Amino acid sequence: MFIDPKEITMDILNISTLMPMLIAIGGGLIILVLDLVKDNLHKSLYVMLTILILLVDLGATMGLNFGPEEKGFFEVLLMDGIAIMSQVLILVASMLFIPLSLTSKRFHEYSYPEFFALFLFMIAGFQFMVSSDNLIMIFIGLETASLALYTLIALHNRSNSFEAAVKYFTMGALAAGFFSMGSAVLYGLSGSLELGQIAAAISDRMGDGSITILILGGAGLLLTAFAFKLSLFPFHTWAPDVYEGASAPLAGYMSVVPKVAAFVVSMRIFEMFIDLQIHWVQTMIIVLAVITMTIANLMALVQEDVKRMLAYSSISHAGFVMVAIALATDKANAGVFLYYALFMFTNLGAFAMLWVSRHKNRIHHARYDHPYEKFSGMIKIMPMGAIVMALFMLSLAGVPPFSVFWGKIYLMSATVDAGYLWLAVVMGLNSAIAAYYYLKLIVFMFLKEPTEQVTQETTYYNVSKPLLTILGFAVIVTVASIFMVNPLLEYINTMIQATNFGI
Amino acid sequence: MDSILSILIFFPALAGILGFVIDKNSAKAYGVAVATIELLLALGLWMQFDTANAGMQFTEKSALISDFGISYNVGVDGISLFIVIMAALITLLGIILLRDDTKNMKNMIISLLFLEMTMVGVFLSLDAIIFYLFWELSLVPMLYIIGAWGGPTRVYAAVKFFLYTFAGSLVMLVGLLAMAYFYHEANGVWTFNILDWYTLPLSEDRQFWLFLAFFAGFAIKVPMFPFHTWLPHAHGQAPTIGSVILAAVLLKMGTYGFVRFSLPILPDASVTFTPFIMGLSLIMVIYTAMIAFAQKDMKQVIAYSSVSHMGIIMLGVFAMNTEGLGGSIFLMLSHGIVSGALFMLVGVIYERRGTKLMSEFGGLAAVMPVYATIFGVMLMASVGLPLTIGFVGEFLVLLGFYKVSAIGTILAGSTIIIGSVYMLALFKKSFFGPLTNEKNKDLLDLDRRELTALLPLVAIVVWLGVYPNPVLKPIDNSVQALLVQMKDKANTITTKEAIVISKKEEK
Repeated sequence: MFIDPKEITMDILNISTLMPMLIAIGGGLIILVLDLVKDNLHKSLYVMLTILILLVDLGATMGLNFGPEEKGFFEVLLMDGIAIMSQVLILVASMLFIPLSLTSKRFHEYSYPEFFALFLFMIAGFQFMVSSDNLIMIFIGLETASLALYTLIALHNRSNSFEAAVKYFTMGALAAGFFSMGSAVLYGLSGSLELGQIAAAISDRMGDGSITILILGGAGLLLTAFAFKLSLFPFHTWAPDVYEGASAPLAGYMSVVPKVAAFVVSMRIFEMFIDLQIHWVQTMIIVLAVITMTIANLMALVQEDVKRMLAYSSISHAGFVMVAIALATDKANAGVFLYYALFMFTNLGAFAMLWVSRHKNRIHHARYDHPYEKFSGMIKIMPMGAIVMALFMLSLAGVPPFSVFWGKIYLMSATVDAGYLWLAVVMGLNSAIAAYYYLKLIVFMFLKEPTEQVTQETTYYNVSKPLLTILGFAVIVTVASIFMVNPLLEYINTMIQATNFGI
Repeated sequence: MDSILSILIFFPALAGILGFVIDKNSAKAYGVAVATIELLLALGLWMQFDTANAGMQFTEKSALISDFGISYNVGVDGISLFIVIMAALITLLGIILLRDDTKNMKNMIISLLFLEMTMVGVFLSLDAIIFYLFWELSLVPMLYIIGAWGGPTRVYAAVKFFLYTFAGSLVMLVGLLAMAYFYHEANGVWTFNILDWYTLPLSEDRQFWLFLAFFAGFAIKVPMFPFHTWLPHAHGQAPTIGSVILAAVLLKMGTYGFVRFSLPILPDASVTFTPFIMGLSLIMVIYTAMIAFAQKDMKQVIAYSSVSHMGIIMLGVFAMNTEGLGGSIFLMLSHGIVSGALFMLVGVIYERRGTKLMSEFGGLAAVMPVYATIFGVMLMASVGLPLTIGFVGEFLVLLGFYKVSAIGTILAGSTIIIGSVYMLALFKKSFFGPLTNEKNKDLLDLDRRELTALLPLVAIVVWLGVYPNPVLKPIDNSVQALLVQMKDKANTITTKEAIVISKKEEK
């Protein structure tokens, strides 16, 4: 829809929809200015400032009007239910992540104020990305967030961090290329970049056989772009290296927030195609999802490093959730958010446990920071640490009543409802395969004798009160999730109702 | 006490959490005290239990995830009541039998208390998801018990145990979710309440697939014939307490699952599958009995004989008549008591000698007369000698099974003979004959701790062998109700004919 410049009013601008992003960007600028005015401020200042900004941002997001038609800023922003909900998820995950920088040992990336400014810009990028149905806006959000994220990874000053950042950047650039080509095809097809109008144009011309190839191109290219972002097979190979190179909490963060954002956009784009009865998109996504979870699980079995294992496990979880996009039902969409809301705490907790034991030098293994041997006999040295880590592993494996189980059964139930019984069985069997590598860590922690390098000193090397606080939150949510699922589901369902999926 | 079932379930877990702060030297006393209270609570439940009422009693219900139909829902009937009491009893006696010098005693006690919660929870749950929750959770403490206190290849055995059961139950979970969906489709509400599921009519085709899904979970746990390979490893490596609880209680979860889920929810498919299950069970009964005869290790003999007896329980469950089903539930109890006791006895000799090989022993009756007597009693109970607990259940099952298949009964009955052959061979090799091995000459007979653990079991074996009525009657009531409900729900004539409800007779 084109707006006559003379008719632009404040109503059409609907500036309040921009508030959340403006707060994040403004906050980032404040941090930069502070650094300009006074040198050598301690990182704790920046951490607390970032948390406050995120809190204000969260308040602004939750205070917004939302609805399926709540548009703003020349109608490029769309504040529907899933936009609000995913922003809330992203902000909560960010608030859990940022205190992890207050470690007892000094890791220098966190002493740069630029880190926090970039972090806030990245959040603004994700917020733009999830709250728009305009392909250009989505692209801008995606790129803002990704560019900031590449830099954040590279700031962890290790040779393999640079490698990770460059790898991620190259892959991201490729994905961006696919995304823009896919958008271009759809624009050519429909003369619009807005998903609603693209859907209308395609459904008008559905009988026209000549557009099949164009739809194939558009949907195929976009699917490739998102397969990169969601680390789906065969575009998943960057993920383990990037996770390994990034600092542990950032890796945990990357396994949640960028994925949530990418899932929201996938919901908007691919469920549109599925609603248009373009069946091969659905088949393609199911095939990708099944291969992704299976391959990632098999790869995770043979890893020697816990962080790489967790990286593959995150890929496998993403494959699991991808099934929901193919189903394109309200229940499946609700399942995505339930899954990630619960998975977030557990996975961030697991990565935070790696962070607690992070040592400046590789004392356990020449190649890896977190080999399994590092956790040998942990129950004898720090029983609480071992129990907490075991809880996270059991939760990731999907043992009830811990958090991820509820996401799993909700998604599996959605799969059964949609009539894909075989797919639900495949998902179940994949969880059983996955249980093996999570158990492997438990076996190391509980059933093996400690090696001589494993002492209280080395394993609690990096611990501090803020880290323990965040771990405490993660443990509480993981264990008591049975009581949180109901309110969470109620909220998610309200938000899903306030969203138009597909056409 | 209206909430006695919740207390029964969560009291051990709460005690387990508090157990973290108990001093490690007092841990065993703490465990014994908690398990005693739990047993007294379970007995209190029996006192208040209305034996004339065949339905669910002491039910409690509160919604947990109302949008998805999951609620905390527990209840007890004649079928589950005694299994719960048995679980509490075996846990208590197992803890008593723990040696004071067990390493990491505190961790052991805490694991056992958590395990007790999950065991009691499985048998009392009336909500499929809560059932599944306890079912899966029971794997975790058992994994730790086998893995931390077991034999040389304990880690392999523990992980195999976990993964095998976990994989099967995930398939079962899909079945449960499908069941909930079918209920939703028919009635427009989500529920995981088993009692609601009982009322849902299902087409034969759906029953067929659901039965297979449930079968995957339950059959591995029982363990049915081709899926039994994890059990010998687990028993071989598990510490005494682990084997005792595994054989006495955890395996019963599988057969209980068939009774609580497969039969009443899927009556037609259960009848359709009866020949298949009976075939597998007969193979399991005879084949494992033969393997038991070939074993050199005492514990493996008992492990395989326990699998063999689980086969008889399965035969009874699928006989679909009051005698067979009631008998198999009674047999679950007696199998729990007897195989628990036998594993304890093997543990006793293993602690003294550090070996379980029969060739190392011989003439033990001369140095350990009390031990030999108790072992003899349990052995007789295991082969089903009249006037022991083993006879009642086995006789009823075979009686019930006879109505279904006479030839099958003869085959199954032959295991009593094979059973007595390998059990008596074990007894002969270990306890009679000349005392040849020097190391056995100074073995001490049972001490106070071991007698405390074993004598109650001997008493129960004789008491319920002579006078099974107080237990059998409530079981029969509930079994009768279950069969009536199955028959009402059955779609086809064949099913209705297969389910035989005998007139209630005064025993």
